[in-house]
Amino acid sequence: MVSELTRLSVREARRLLDRREISAVELLDAHLAQIDRVEPQIHAFITLTPEIARRQAEAADARIARGEGTLLTGIPIALKDNLCTVDAPTTAGSRILEGFRSPYDATVVARLRAQDAVFVGKANTDEFAMGSSTENSAYGPTRNPWALDRVPGGSSGGSAAAVAVGEAMLALGSDTGGSIRQPAGFCGIVGFKPTYGRVSRYGLIAFASSLDQIGPLGRRVEDVALLLQVIAGHDPADSTSVDLPVPDYSAALTGDIRGLRIGIPAAYRVPGMDPAVEEVIEEALPTLQALGAELVPISLPHLEYALATYYIIAPSEASANLARYDGVKYGLSLPGATLLERYLRTRGEGFGPEVKRRIMLGTYALSAGYYDAYYVKAQKVRTLIKRDFDEAFARVDVIAAPTSPTVAFRLGERTADPLQMYLSDVFTIPANMAGLPAIAVPCGFAHGLPVSLQFMGRPFDEPTLLRVAHAYEQATPWHTMWPTLAAQV
Amino acid sequence: MRLSREIVDHVAMLARLALSEDERERMREQLSSILEHVSRIQELDTEAIPPTAQVIALQNVWRQDEIRPSLPVEAVLANAPESEDGFFRVHAVLEES
Repeated sequence: MVSELTRLSVREARRLLDRREISAVELLDAHLAQIDRVEPQIHAFITLTPEIARRQAEAADARIARGEGTLLTGIPIALKDNLCTVDAPTTAGSRILEGFRSPYDATVVARLRAQDAVFVGKANTDEFAMGSSTENSAYGPTRNPWALDRVPGGSSGGSAAAVAVGEAMLALGSDTGGSIRQPAGFCGIVGFKPTYGRVSRYGLIAFASSLDQIGPLGRRVEDVALLLQVIAGHDPADSTSVDLPVPDYSAALTGDIRGLRIGIPAAYRVPGMDPAVEEVIEEALPTLQALGAELVPISLPHLEYALATYYIIAPSEASANLARYDGVKYGLSLPGATLLERYLRTRGEGFGPEVKRRIMLGTYALSAGYYDAYYVKAQKVRTLIKRDFDEAFARVDVIAAPTSPTVAFRLGERTADPLQMYLSDVFTIPANMAGLPAIAVPCGFAHGLPVSLQFMGRPFDEPTLLRVAHAYEQATPWHTMWPTLAAQV
Repeated sequence: MRLSREIVDHVAMLARLALSEDERERMREQLSSILEHVSRIQELDTEAIPPTAQVIALQNVWRQDEIRPSLPVEAVLANAPESEDGFFRVHAVLEES
């Protein structure tokens, strides 16, 4: 029996909590019961934190009783395990951080604590967020609630699966090349990568610092808007966070997109595009027109170079960021006769295959003799990609594209060929390269599995993206569908 | 293009990664195929294009240099594999002569 409470929208839960019709403890218990029931099959979490959650839920109830409940007081939330938390381990999906306890909270975590939100656990992720399937987690893969033999996507696969199956109402993920949007798409939920600089990354374990961004995952656009509301804003502890006012995101959900100009890129028929997915995407576009939006063909000529550019820039930055795992300050430390030997062993045995591959790739691209040909060249191509978007956004308000070229693939299907795995991010990477906000919303099914539509917007124009995603969602039935494991029985 | 063994070993040493014999061979193959894919950016003419390191128009961020509380030493050292007298303990780098 699945409790109805695990299927509420955040707004419905908020209303019931504030009217004292349910308590935060009851809401938590319903989610813990669902975790007990499905977690052995799904494995969405590296660490479950029911005791912490219970204390938080009790504090939330006390706060609500005082009439002081805020947006997310008492709401059960999953945190991707690359977000630092003082009261639970933070592994980033890596053996090299096994047992690590952060001495401080990530800013987004602290902001949620200040609301008395409830943390059900640390969600599974590809090691250091490097991957598109969670199969690179050192703690075992997560499975897709829609089909247990399929991946949930990645790297925020645990976050996406937990929300899709009702183990949490909301989740935080991080997105460097699609790691929020692709798993949200594979699991049939909403995932939002905000503009680079919109959300503080203090306490996010760094992967590629010019691309990484924290963002919300939820089952409804309105839920995602609430979580973004709480985490967005300037933070002196992250000097890349931008000091701009935070608009009221829920107020943007007007349902009215009449006259909105939606750019449709010519070049999204890439090699490996599943025709069944393409068909679902094509069928979604007339809905936008029926809502009064205008579809405008656009060209983004350098988009086809985005994947190649990404796989130079992201590994280069990663190779520098991951130099800190040296077995001296924290994390795994293996003995050796010399300091060098300790480094080599600790890193050689502490990192998994994909992380080592990317460190090697980045180190190569940054090494003497190759730096100009790879890294600097890629940064120049990044300029061209950014310019394409600048020109497009002079003509359109948002750009629509598929989130992924396929539906969720089978476990093991792409692990042998890293390049095949990388190709699943071909539509999500461009927004990271240009720092743009982008949202993924469910838009139908192919082969019985969720398909996702992506909207990209101008920098800091999160409200327009939320508005168009919400209008589309409300005009379609996809957000009312549940995987069997979450359905009422 | 296929990376030589020497390059793979050189890069692994720069990255401080001990790789097994198997890993080195697999790395050689996989990195070669990834590099072949990413090399397609070489076909673009970028002579007159400035590089982009980050995309948001941020200037340098300044703040007053004032003393503020920092993390307690014990909290920072709590994760250290080895520590002594409030310091991280590191294996000797220099040999005694």
